[in-house]
Amino acid sequence: MPPDAMPAVAPAADLPARRRRGSARVLLPAIALVAMVAVIFVLQPRAMSYNGMRILLGFSLPLMFAAMAQLCIIAASDIDLGLGTYIGLVNSLSALLLTDRPLLGVAALAACVLAYAGMGAFIEARRLPSIVVTLGASFVWLGLALLVLPTPGGASPAWLSALVRIKPPLVPLPIVAGALLALLGHWLFMRSSYGVVLRGIGSTPQAVQRAGWSLLTARSALYGLAGVFGLLAGLVLTGLNTTGDANFGAPYTLLSIAAVIVGGGEFFGGIVAPVGAVIGAFIMLLTGSLLSFMDVSTDWQLSVQGAILIVVLGSRALQRRRA
Amino acid sequence: MNRRWLDANPWIWSLLGALVVWGLTAASVSGRGAGETLSTALGFATFYVIVGIGQMLVISAGPGNIDLSIPSVMMLAGYLSMGSMHAQNAGLALGVAIALGVGLAAGVANVVLIRGLNIPPMIATLAAGFVMQSMTIAYSRGSTAKPAPALLEFSLSHVLGVPVIALLFLAVAALVAVALARSTFGRSVLAIGQNARAAYLAGVAIPRTMAAVYILSSLLASVAGLLLAAYSGGASLNMAEDFLLMSIAVVVLGGTSIAGGQATVAGVWTASLFLYLIVTMLNVLGVSAGLRYVVTGLIIIGVLAVSKGRRTA
Repeated sequence: MPPDAMPAVAPAADLPARRRRGSARVLLPAIALVAMVAVIFVLQPRAMSYNGMRILLGFSLPLMFAAMAQLCIIAASDIDLGLGTYIGLVNSLSALLLTDRPLLGVAALAACVLAYAGMGAFIEARRLPSIVVTLGASFVWLGLALLVLPTPGGASPAWLSALVRIKPPLVPLPIVAGALLALLGHWLFMRSSYGVVLRGIGSTPQAVQRAGWSLLTARSALYGLAGVFGLLAGLVLTGLNTTGDANFGAPYTLLSIAAVIVGGGEFFGGIVAPVGAVIGAFIMLLTGSLLSFMDVSTDWQLSVQGAILIVVLGSRALQRRRA
Repeated sequence: MNRRWLDANPWIWSLLGALVVWGLTAASVSGRGAGETLSTALGFATFYVIVGIGQMLVISAGPGNIDLSIPSVMMLAGYLSMGSMHAQNAGLALGVAIALGVGLAAGVANVVLIRGLNIPPMIATLAAGFVMQSMTIAYSRGSTAKPAPALLEFSLSHVLGVPVIALLFLAVAALVAVALARSTFGRSVLAIGQNARAAYLAGVAIPRTMAAVYILSSLLASVAGLLLAAYSGGASLNMAEDFLLMSIAVVVLGGTSIAGGQATVAGVWTASLFLYLIVTMLNVLGVSAGLRYVVTGLIIIGVLAVSKGRRTA
């Protein structure tokens, strides 16, 4: 087990080394992102402006929140295959209810987050494989979304549409939001003391339990957090699309996993990198723009995303073998 | 029926479930068409069974092993084979060969990513699926994607009211069950699933066995794609949508251990029938698509919670 998988017990002398390895985890995706942006700027110089960046990165907002939600689950060495349909449910609920019946809407959305926390408790209590539970849950979220909104429709409340169109001075909103989200995630998982417990249940749950922490609470907290970030993803999606659709969220399941992994996260051992996940979200999003600027049909976007995953993970495995 | 027998035959629960749901459906239409319902269910369930057997072999090979590329393989195999048939019987052999070729290539690609590049199976099969999905989308523009008449006829044909494809894959399932219990390959899969290290020390050929498992899963998925495309009169981009969840659900509901090392082929059949009959019942009751999804999801989670679970991923 690599030393950075067990932050709670690693000797203090390893600290600088662990820090360095931690930042290397984020460095690689950061360099990749800079390279991608550079290529885009060369191909399409007009993108190199406030408005150009704003349009280019517009849909990174839901994806970065989705990536942060998935990161919460992956931190527990679990996986969430229902996140996309959950985002679709939030999208449908918020588009249908928030404008006309805001109180009911807020209550319904709060229930969604509670359901997520409950799912975490359920998985912990019954010791179930997350992959099957979240797959089953994905049907539940999709079904509920279709029940509340059988056909695409509804509207985004004015405040929400205005919120996602804010134009902060100098730097466009997606970059500001990405930086804030990365900082928040970094503080939550890497700096706060409970963050160590949260990552601990993904690496050495026995040690966490022996130290007196409740695994049930920790896993519920992680799933609840994922529910909150998924909620935010669904809300900004509503704001951007100004309408609801049960199927809008579907791609975010796989994209969020890809963003976390490309951003330096690992499937096992509670190894995650919140800053990297936000960078990973930008990378996954920009594949589409890159292809269209290169005059390649966006039909191939999924291929490029798949290839990125293979290259990143393949090179990581090679590094490990050499080390 | 004693406890030990039940533990050894977990498929009995999904069989009971299937029978109850079938009975309820028949009762709600006052007995009319009960046989027809079952015949249709056998036909549709066959597609779940085909991919389920592959997924079962993969999952049985131990924690972390899963094939998320199944729907993409189905789509690609369905489209490429239909596209080469041009709705002509003359293209049948070529179409079938292309479908199997897709399955073989996809399986080899998965194996190279997992064993060669050391990428976790979940992300390897996901990434391979991404690539195949976009190949299908690119190919689907301007292709006909209609089956050869002979294949269409074969996929819809019945013997004594039982779909021929169901009979075919009952035989395949029996073959796999025997192989798991008796053959070196089957024993190796289960041994690796129980304890890979012990299997290695016991001299089990791990690389060869794992490669075979993933290639078999992709091959079965390609056959499912070929037959499903024929059965529905042509390939479509959303034809494999539900098959990721269903391939896993029929394995788990059937009683195969998600932790690996223990497989139940009969359960793949009974669980497939169970899940399809539930959809039929809800359709007969005139329930909306939304509620159908909710019920299916809750049943999968509920059955999982009741049966003894062991965390793996």
